[in-house]
Amino acid sequence: MPLLEIEHLAKAYVTGEERQPVLEDVDLVLDAGETLALTGESGSGKSTLLHLVGALDGFDAGEIRLAGTPLSGLDEAGRARLRLASIGLVFQQFNLVPSLTVAQNLALQARMAGRADPDWLAELGQRLGLSRFADRYPQQLSGGQQQRVAIGRALAARPPLLLADEPTGNLDETTSDRVLELMLELVDDTGAALFLVTHSRQLAGRLDRHLHLSRGRIA
Amino acid sequence: MNARPKAPVWERRPRREGPGTLGSPRPVRDREVAPTGDPAHARLQKHLATLLAVLLLTAWSAAQAQGFAGLGTAAEGFAVPEPGRALAFPADHGAHPDYRIEWWYLTANLRDGDGRDYGIQWTLFRSALSPGEATGWQSPQAWMGHAAVTLPDDHRFAERFGRGGIGQAGVQARPFRAWIDEWALTSRAGPGQDALDRLRVTAGSPDFAYTLDLEAHGPLVFHGEDGYSVKSEAGQASHYYSQPFYRVSGTLDLPQGPVEVTGQAWLDHEWSSQPLAETQEGWDWFSLHLDDGSRLMGFRLRDTDGDHYTSATWISPVRQVETLSHGAFRAEPLETDRVAGRALPTRWRVRLPVRGIDVTVDAVNPDSWMGTRYPYWEGPVTVTGSHTGRGYLEMTGYE
Amino acid sequence: MNGVALATLLSHWRRHPLQLFTLITGLALATGLWTAVQAINAEARASYAEAEAQLAAGRQALLVARDGTIPVDQYVTLRRAGWRVSPVLEGEVEYNGAAVTLLGIDPLTSPLARHLAPTDGEAGLDPLAARRTLFAGPATAERIRSAGTGLQVVVRDAVAPGTAIADIGLAETLLDRPGTLSHLVVLSAQPRGRPPLDAVAPGLTRIEASGAHDARRLTRSFHLNLTALGLLSFAVGLFIVQGTVGLAFEQRRGMFRTLRAIGLPARRLLAIALAELLALALLGGALGIALGYAIAAALVPDVAATLRGLYGAAVDIGLALRPGWIAAGLGMALLGTLLAAAQGLWRLRRLPVLATARAEAATRSNATTLRFQALAGLASLGLAGSVIAGLDGLVAGFVFVAGLLLGAALLLPPALAGMLALGARLARGPVAQWAWADTREQLPGLSLALMALLLALAANIGVGTMVSSFKQTFTGWLDQRLVSELYVTAETDAQGQAIHDWLEPRVDAVLPIRHADTRIDGRPAAIYGIVDHETYRRHWPLLASAPRVWDRVATAEGALINEQFARRAGLAPGDALPLAPGWRLPVVGVYSDYGNPDRQVIVALDALLERFPGVANRQFGVRVAPDRVETLAAGLRDRFGLPARSVIDQAAVKAHSLAIFDKTFLVTGALNVLTLGVAGFAILTSLLTLWTMRLPRLAPLWALGLTRPRLAAMELLRSVALAGLTFLLALPLGLSLAWALLAIINVEAFGWRLPMFLFPGDWLTLGALALLAAALAAALPAWRLYRTPPAELLEVFADER
Repeated sequence: MPLLEIEHLAKAYVTGEERQPVLEDVDLVLDAGETLALTGESGSGKSTLLHLVGALDGFDAGEIRLAGTPLSGLDEAGRARLRLASIGLVFQQFNLVPSLTVAQNLALQARMAGRADPDWLAELGQRLGLSRFADRYPQQLSGGQQQRVAIGRALAARPPLLLADEPTGNLDETTSDRVLELMLELVDDTGAALFLVTHSRQLAGRLDRHLHLSRGRIA
Repeated sequence: MNARPKAPVWERRPRREGPGTLGSPRPVRDREVAPTGDPAHARLQKHLATLLAVLLLTAWSAAQAQGFAGLGTAAEGFAVPEPGRALAFPADHGAHPDYRIEWWYLTANLRDGDGRDYGIQWTLFRSALSPGEATGWQSPQAWMGHAAVTLPDDHRFAERFGRGGIGQAGVQARPFRAWIDEWALTSRAGPGQDALDRLRVTAGSPDFAYTLDLEAHGPLVFHGEDGYSVKSEAGQASHYYSQPFYRVSGTLDLPQGPVEVTGQAWLDHEWSSQPLAETQEGWDWFSLHLDDGSRLMGFRLRDTDGDHYTSATWISPVRQVETLSHGAFRAEPLETDRVAGRALPTRWRVRLPVRGIDVTVDAVNPDSWMGTRYPYWEGPVTVTGSHTGRGYLEMTGYE
Repeated sequence: MNGVALATLLSHWRRHPLQLFTLITGLALATGLWTAVQAINAEARASYAEAEAQLAAGRQALLVARDGTIPVDQYVTLRRAGWRVSPVLEGEVEYNGAAVTLLGIDPLTSPLARHLAPTDGEAGLDPLAARRTLFAGPATAERIRSAGTGLQVVVRDAVAPGTAIADIGLAETLLDRPGTLSHLVVLSAQPRGRPPLDAVAPGLTRIEASGAHDARRLTRSFHLNLTALGLLSFAVGLFIVQGTVGLAFEQRRGMFRTLRAIGLPARRLLAIALAELLALALLGGALGIALGYAIAAALVPDVAATLRGLYGAAVDIGLALRPGWIAAGLGMALLGTLLAAAQGLWRLRRLPVLATARAEAATRSNATTLRFQALAGLASLGLAGSVIAGLDGLVAGFVFVAGLLLGAALLLPPALAGMLALGARLARGPVAQWAWADTREQLPGLSLALMALLLALAANIGVGTMVSSFKQTFTGWLDQRLVSELYVTAETDAQGQAIHDWLEPRVDAVLPIRHADTRIDGRPAAIYGIVDHETYRRHWPLLASAPRVWDRVATAEGALINEQFARRAGLAPGDALPLAPGWRLPVVGVYSDYGNPDRQVIVALDALLERFPGVANRQFGVRVAPDRVETLAAGLRDRFGLPARSVIDQAAVKAHSLAIFDKTFLVTGALNVLTLGVAGFAILTSLLTLWTMRLPRLAPLWALGLTRPRLAAMELLRSVALAGLTFLLALPLGLSLAWALLAIINVEAFGWRLPMFLFPGDWLTLGALALLAAALAAALPAWRLYRTPPAELLEVFADER
């Protein structure tokens, strides 16, 4: 059974009487451990697709199944539980909790999911080069360091699926490369599947598969 | 009024009752202060006693039960009863302010036209803080009055307090008058009669009142040795005489309406300064009118060591008086009732073997509890057995 | 999951201790002031209830003599006629220069005796010594002991301050009034068939129990006043809480989103946020209760003094922790927190996981809010207006005040917006235009704090004007009324006569002060008799009068009544006044009589003595040249052996009266200052809150070339300007409040109406204070701005989301 199945997915935003379709009839399958890059221009709907897969937003038609569970059948709390247990999220803006230390941020999701493994957390911290900063607060870190914390947080609970939305969009090129290397390495080690939204075709080329989204459709 | 604001400048009207924070006494019958019985009240009583030694008033009844020590102690400066002191009348009908305590104690067994039984009590107690009298508020004398009406199914009582020296309460010998507030025991004796031969007694409260005329058909009776009555083997004693020969008629004013009654009454007058031995915790006192025309006064003073001191006076139908010393008179409780939270004997076996008396004494109303500031039991009784008759029973010091 | 999420939420406070401090302080202040008022009210009411319980048994009706004192014989006569009464001899004794009211009672019959019962440790009290014992409260006991009287003094907390109770035998000796009584207390449970009072003691008048009941009625308004002030403080405190909670929610928006994204269900998040709030509310509430207890403890003596001075209500308030007001305080804290956090919680519930511009925009609509506020404010003012036009009474007065304050508070933001819009239109230059516009945009964030400031300022102006008007009136009235240079009190009537005779040839005039306590229309009243003298004609403070008023009083053709009497009985000059059976006089004048809770009548002395022969003749006012006062006073003291307090000069009486006056309003003043402080704190909080949102607005201006110092100065100026505008609006509001207090509430509460005086000097001070508070509150953010490194301003552009 594939990890992720998307069938005839459609989504539109409604503003007043205007209905603006974002995604139309999207089909996609992702196997466990597989890495997939999704590229597309601004407004092509790639982030929306990622949000839908992450159960962060509802869709109008079609279906998304994660490990066989149809998302359309879940209420808000059910979707939250699904995220907590099965999905790691990495955003462009890092979205760290500013009042928690690096170590606390790193462990946040794993702890909430009840799956905090100290050894794994320590290893993550070390491999992400965060050991020295464990007790600092996010504002005291550079962008690259913050994103490494976010990646660690997303993988701390060893989710089967990692969703990353332009994870290096806020970083300079060198930093960006290093962060990506680390992320891919860890994804590989944990056996998680990766769904990466990026505008970089070069980066996309390094993953198992590469899809391009154009005007709400898979090209 | 001059150019001066009234308040808050420097003057206010008298504050009602002084400090306004003081709490509320419970309104209970005709009493001037809160009821008694529980330890807090016992403390209060103790204090009031310290304030004016009022507690001494009931020294022979309740004081000992209140655990008020010091009553049995030496009578500083007070006169002490002495054997051989001849009582002189009418002077000795009056108050003896040099003695610590004194009382005039009237009880009557009455009956109405329908044959219903009633008992009434009228008592005036005197207590002195120090010997002697003074005028006005400086007087060391304090007075307490008790009145009660008892029916088989009802018992009403009232109490009054008053200061000596101002005329609110007192006893004068000539013409004889004992009073507290509007309650009075007044002589109506004619020339040549003893002052106590004819009396009128009145008392009232919000829920009962009575006016009774008393006429004696016999002489005064002196207890013990010419009125010197010994109260313990250690020698405590009082001066004590009675007028047990009253015929009574008058009106009881009860909530259900006025009732005309007739019957018999018994008056005691007793004074002392050091009444009880320290080990004596209370007493049981009987005054009985027997149907054969004889009368019996007997008491037992209950000792903590179980050896109860008894004393009695027997008066034959022909007015012969016999003083009976310790042991001749026997009284044993047969049954007890739960009254005011304590066990009280309400049926007695009373014996005076030398006179062939062996009777059962029953309370007419077991609930004849005097819930006054110094509580005790006082009520009419009936007599059956070797003799029949009526009388009064007083029991004190039961906890 | 819950634990981790709660810990995450709480971690915010660790990083923002000042915010936590503000929140807790705001809550504690709000709860504290409210609790203090509740505690004071609860204690006072408990004290009335206790006094009233005594009355319930009918124990406090009194018999008083028309001529002042009752001979002991009369007491005995009553007793022997079946009247159950208890004697009281009351007088004053001086210990260490201070007067103590000595109450002589007969412990055998007095209902007071039981309160003197000994404690366990005192069981051994010597009975003989007990007759040489005084019973007094702790402070009074100490004073008597220190005077070295040789008397035994026993402490009883139940005895009112300044009072000592003794056996009547001791009291008559100490007071040197043997054989006399002041009054008799009618006990409960009188026996049957008692003769009527007139038949037994024709000279005595029965005065029905009234004290505590009257006290409850009279002081109701006072407590309502306190409660209103307490509520106002609470409301002002809540503004702080609202500000802080709002800020905390705003700042944690990102955190909430992250938690949601990670997988915390929305409802769970709401529940955890609620739990956090409640925990904080409990903490703040508990601190507030402690604070309230402290405030109450500090204010209680003054409240007691007020109640005694103003209403004659003898309360002896001790402060006890009562579950009632503790629960009420915590409840208010919880409720208030929820109220203040309602907006934040509502937004949290609706918070989308994904931040989109659309979602953000929907939450705010400035113009609509302003319009709604304006309408609600006008409606509130309209309600207030119609209530005052249509209804009378204390409650109407308070509804009016509440409507006025609420309406004005609601109208404040639209009014300020209008003023700012006007300013923007008039502004020259782009920076000025920007400043006006930007200020207007900031209004929603500041409006709550400004409302708090408005209310606090208005309350301050209103209450201040009321108190100052009162004081000015009172001082003027004292000057009118305290004309005699010297006041003398004799110890007995005989001494009074002797003093009178001695003074007569030595002074300009001796004016007797004599009165009878009686009942008119079944209510207690005092009738004073005066001699005809220029002193009265010239100085007496008449509010209304008929023609030839003094002539008619002098010839016993008319009576004067005090304002309280006139208002409560609806009497005016010309109305007939029944003074005693068979004695009616027309009212010819009404005089002001501040500080007196009772009804009072003035008639010619001869007429009074005709009806009430033997009214005590012990007090005199003496008219004498001011420079002779001192020698005369000394002469009086020497010749008659009068204690110092029996011969008092005018200045001393005035000083004493004013001291009592000041004490009376100390509580009001204290609450007022506290409220203003809380409002200042509210502004600071709001500005700090706004600060975090200010940088993105200021950075572009900085980038356009405005220096940081200039920006900082503008920030400061803006805050001061807003406070200034608020103050301008608070002024008319405060004066309306003062009018309501003086013309409606005081009349109901005290029975007198006071003229309103304006005190522009006070306003200037208050205005300066408000500006200073705003400047201080803005100083911190401005200083921060001034010191902000350019890099941080740059980051605004880098971080723009």
